[in-house]
Amino acid sequence: MTDESMYRAMRLIRRFEERCIELVNSGHIVGGIHPYIGQEAIAAGVCAALRDDDIITSTHRGHGHVLAKGSDPVRMLAELTGRATGLNRGRGGSMHAADFGKGIYGANGIVGAGGAIATGAAWARRNDGSDVVTVSFFGDGAVNQGVLLETFNLAALWKLPVLFVCENNGYATTLTVAQAVAGSITARAEAFGIPSVSVDGTDARAVRAAAQEAVERGRAGGGPSFIECTAYRFDAHHTWEHKARVRYRSDDEVAAGRSRDPLDVLGLPAGVRDGIDAEIEALLAEAVAFALDSPAPDPAGALDHLYATGLRTRDGNGLIDSAVR
Amino acid sequence: METLTLGKALNLGLRRAMEDDSKVLIMGEDVGKLGGVFRITDGLQKDFGDERVIDTPLAEAGIVGTAIGLALRGYRPVVEIQFDGFVYPAYDQIVCQVAKLHYRSQGKVKLPMVIRIPFGGGIGAVEHHSESPEAYFAHTAGLKVVACSNPSDAYWMIQQAVASDDPIVFFEPKRRYWEKGEVDTSATLSSAFPLHASRVVRPGTDATVLAYGPMVRTALDAATAAAEDGRNLEVIDLRSLSPLDMAPVYDSVRRTGRAVVVHEAAGNLGMGAELAARISEECFYSLEAPVLRVTGYDIPYPASRVEEEFLPDLDRVLDAVDRSFGW
Repeated sequence: MTDESMYRAMRLIRRFEERCIELVNSGHIVGGIHPYIGQEAIAAGVCAALRDDDIITSTHRGHGHVLAKGSDPVRMLAELTGRATGLNRGRGGSMHAADFGKGIYGANGIVGAGGAIATGAAWARRNDGSDVVTVSFFGDGAVNQGVLLETFNLAALWKLPVLFVCENNGYATTLTVAQAVAGSITARAEAFGIPSVSVDGTDARAVRAAAQEAVERGRAGGGPSFIECTAYRFDAHHTWEHKARVRYRSDDEVAAGRSRDPLDVLGLPAGVRDGIDAEIEALLAEAVAFALDSPAPDPAGALDHLYATGLRTRDGNGLIDSAVR
Repeated sequence: METLTLGKALNLGLRRAMEDDSKVLIMGEDVGKLGGVFRITDGLQKDFGDERVIDTPLAEAGIVGTAIGLALRGYRPVVEIQFDGFVYPAYDQIVCQVAKLHYRSQGKVKLPMVIRIPFGGGIGAVEHHSESPEAYFAHTAGLKVVACSNPSDAYWMIQQAVASDDPIVFFEPKRRYWEKGEVDTSATLSSAFPLHASRVVRPGTDATVLAYGPMVRTALDAATAAAEDGRNLEVIDLRSLSPLDMAPVYDSVRRTGRAVVVHEAAGNLGMGAELAARISEECFYSLEAPVLRVTGYDIPYPASRVEEEFLPDLDRVLDAVDRSFGW
């Protein structure tokens, strides 16, 4: 993927998130979001190294990954605004957006949960020779979750083509990495024999280069890799903070963090940026209009898709329709 | 007809499921080389290879989480949890991911996976090895929860569970693994009794006893003893704990007017509470007495030496029937 493509992905994420915050404030996105602003180069850089059929798992702060992997921002925005036209028919929402046709196995509200799912998806390699690589994105908070450490072991033991991407934005909600992580983040993966690097997560080219090396290793049968990408979360952990006015970062710290903007770090000429920026404004205007014009899901369908086999339960006072039990 | 132990019936059922579909994988602790601590997967790795019968490290959350990824890519993983109490590290995966992905994706993905759990006491194995955690899972929408009680059901239900496109928590009555019964292995899967259907396993007229898993045998023994006293108990094997198939239960209770629920799990908020509520709602004017429960006590599973005091037995079932008649 070219630098321009990475810029396009980052700009799309940036403006998508900014429009989402507006929609949170106007009440169209109910419940708020976890903005990805400031970390765009990580999703864009990693996904630049992937094929369409490669697979990712994402996090509660997942919009950037979903967009960078190629999901449709129009249907994504419809999902976040809870519309029937959304990626998950308005029933997934911000923390559970998924687009399986694009290899996006879902954002996830449970920190660290995606690692095991990505590892299982990568296991197919052993069974059918698939050279698909899977990527698990997670934050610095996840490196203290037991299931992720179990997953490192399984992926390394079975030499699975998984790329673990830790987005170290300095905070697990409000707790700093220094307060939460004993030892170092990369040392966790190294302990399992997983090749690990730490890169500047505001530099999309650096992220892409590290991801390309890791992806090639995985495809070639070399097993998992780990990349720590350091960046700064420009905005709140969750938009709820805007109202709650929680203070755990100083103004100086936030200003310093924001001064290194990944969109500027890429260094594309203003002329190139302006053209892309205009395209994205038009796309997002369309996305917002589409979302707000779309119907909400019908509550009558609440029991649909509880079971793949079509079994219905708990409707009315009946339990099982004997015809389908 | 073949005479098989319940454990062997499960083993043959799994073997048949693996023969029928190359996407079926078995994974778990000691399932391969050893064939499982209860020998339920005995011989399967030897015949199907270690890429299909996978010995995993001790990491239940990682195993179940990995199985999710496999299921999303078209495999049909069968995960063995070695003992009931070992499932708790994987609880988050099962409740937060396995149960919800099909619904969350609004039908775009299926999770055809089976989580096999040997459950219940009676083998002198203390807490973590003798527990009955079925209500935790039955409480969770999106999961299906079943329990087999005899070799024939074990043979067919495990195959039905593997063939189902939904995730199923499959409880096996570990103290009944060695009990024998007749299994018609020449029949076809499509003609088997439906997986999510309860079944009258002993017809009767005077009171209805509801049980599942290991307590079905206990309920049947109680019915035999009650018959000597002139009481004719109807015993229903629930088989499916979520969803529940209540129609045969309502039919029975409307005839008998009395119901006793038996399970090893603690009574507080257990399956019996749900069953009692539903029977009360649907059969209120037929009931001659409240629905009574015979359950494990509301304490942690006790030490081996006293577990027989904890577990419902024939006498406690008969006592409950007496109390129902004394109402």
